[in-house]
Amino acid sequence: MKSVEPAHAAPPAREKAPPVTAAEPARPARSVRRNRDWLHGLLMSTPAVAGLIAFVGIPFGYAVVLSFYNVRLGSPLAPTFFGLEQYRRLFTDPDLSGPFLRALLNNLTFAVVVVPVQTALALGLAILLNRKLKAIGVFRSLFFMPVVFPMALVAVIWRLILARSDQGMLNSALHTVSFGNWGAVDWLGDSATAMASIIVLSIWQGVGFQMVILLAGLQQIPGELYEAAELDRASRWQQFRHVTLPGIRGTLVFVAMLTSVLSFRVFDQVYVLIRGGGLDEDAARTVMYQAVTTAFDQNNVGQAAAITVVFFLIVVALTLIQRRVVRPDNED
Amino acid sequence: MSTHTGLTRTPLRRFLDYAVLSVLAFIFALPVIYLFMGSLKPSDEVLNGLSGFLPTHLSFDNYTAVLDSLDSDSTGYFWRFMGISLLLAFVVVTGGLFVNSMAAYGLSRLKWRGRNAVFALVLLLMLVPFESVAVPLFYMFNGRRNTLFIQAIPFIANAFSVYQFHTFFRTIPPSIEEAARLDGAGPWRTFFAIIVPMSKPAFASVAILTFLTQWGSFLWPVLMVSDPSVRPLPLEMSVFQAQLPPDWGQILAFGVLLVLPVLIVFAFFQRWFVQGVASSAVKG
Repeated sequence: MKSVEPAHAAPPAREKAPPVTAAEPARPARSVRRNRDWLHGLLMSTPAVAGLIAFVGIPFGYAVVLSFYNVRLGSPLAPTFFGLEQYRRLFTDPDLSGPFLRALLNNLTFAVVVVPVQTALALGLAILLNRKLKAIGVFRSLFFMPVVFPMALVAVIWRLILARSDQGMLNSALHTVSFGNWGAVDWLGDSATAMASIIVLSIWQGVGFQMVILLAGLQQIPGELYEAAELDRASRWQQFRHVTLPGIRGTLVFVAMLTSVLSFRVFDQVYVLIRGGGLDEDAARTVMYQAVTTAFDQNNVGQAAAITVVFFLIVVALTLIQRRVVRPDNED
Repeated sequence: MSTHTGLTRTPLRRFLDYAVLSVLAFIFALPVIYLFMGSLKPSDEVLNGLSGFLPTHLSFDNYTAVLDSLDSDSTGYFWRFMGISLLLAFVVVTGGLFVNSMAAYGLSRLKWRGRNAVFALVLLLMLVPFESVAVPLFYMFNGRRNTLFIQAIPFIANAFSVYQFHTFFRTIPPSIEEAARLDGAGPWRTFFAIIVPMSKPAFASVAILTFLTQWGSFLWPVLMVSDPSVRPLPLEMSVFQAQLPPDWGQILAFGVLLVLPVLIVFAFFQRWFVQGVASSAVKG
């Protein structure tokens, strides 16, 4: 794949025509065109770039500024400069750091489980689906389908499956297979299983996404490699170890990193289920949930901004690691 | 699509493949089957253990009920929520295709001083996840809450879309544009008359990814929308499912209505979906 990182981009166009003053009347046609390229290029990129600066760049800078202030929504008091106080509180004030650190820990737990499990599952599915069988496309679509489901809906479906009474789908199934010995677990409400529930429904929704990426990776492995391996009488496991895995190493690393970035952004399902589904708040709150409730329910915008900045630093660190790890494989 | 496993498939192996796939697919599809089945059942039979799957007493009553109950000034109008979501998706997708592809063209094919710096800025902004600007944006636009404008406008310009278009445009041979330019076409005409029609796959996959994200968009409406008259569907879904006592049949019918437009789009454009995801990955 072509890498288009800034470092690899073409050097600034030096071949451009020498600057000509606008008053000069006679110019060769070619340099007119080049000069206009400047104008057109700028004009064409302006709407998008302006939008990005207005709705990503400025708000992000603003988050950093807000995090140094004590800003409260709807408060008659003017914002006061707070220095690093918001950050200090976030990590050391027991009242505030308790929920925040818990949220961080929850995010971490989520990532530590979801990244390997979902990646492995996606790989398994991708290998299963990477065959020449009739109707394989139907199967591929089926496993991909939950990806198109809005998380707000996924949360609601699973709220019913995990319902605490023995009428809940999962409890009812457990009840049946265990001849009535199991099955009235409050999956969402019990702090021991709340996070596990979120993990299961998130994997269900997201695994198809990774599967498709890995499938694309698998299809780039030349078939001759497998034929050669077969001539060498390599077992299926050996083929997997020595042909498949090295062949998709880059894709695999990419998928794992992408999942870890995405897993830090988890919000919708947690919010929906805490608000209306009886999900244990403490056991399932994530950093984004914490930021939203701090800004919105407690009107503490300064503190929420500080959470946002910490969140951003974590995500950027993960993204940078991802780029560093994946780049060698991406170069032509 | 070509597939390679190299192994010669005996009928038995083939049968086993299908068996394994079918079992897995069935387990995987259970929540979806449950959603559709439940939406057709009386509410007291939805949350009723495994019999929730049995196709008894199927009817479209829940759908009528959802459309009726959400048809008053106090609870809102279902078609209104749907219309808002569709309108937002339309504005964000078409507006996004337009400005992002244009920017990518200006940055990848026109040579001008500073374009590398601008593109570097776009790449930098691509690192910023929406979640980390949600709170300051919410504070900045607090006075514009409950408007359609604020729900759509921040999502039109999209660094990732610019990047996807940029990657695609770089693969187009320069000779094509040179020919157009020799014929006297300026950059705009070259872009709209030649590059855009050539780039249908890129447009399709960006459109689909944008549509998908926008249709399910939740965090931003949670922050910005409290007034039912401008509420998009996913937010209404979360409000609807939290009502007491919950009416499960209707909630699931609501869910089907929420996901149906995406499923229809998905059914028609599967290839682009998959391509869009796969290309975003390999190049992202």
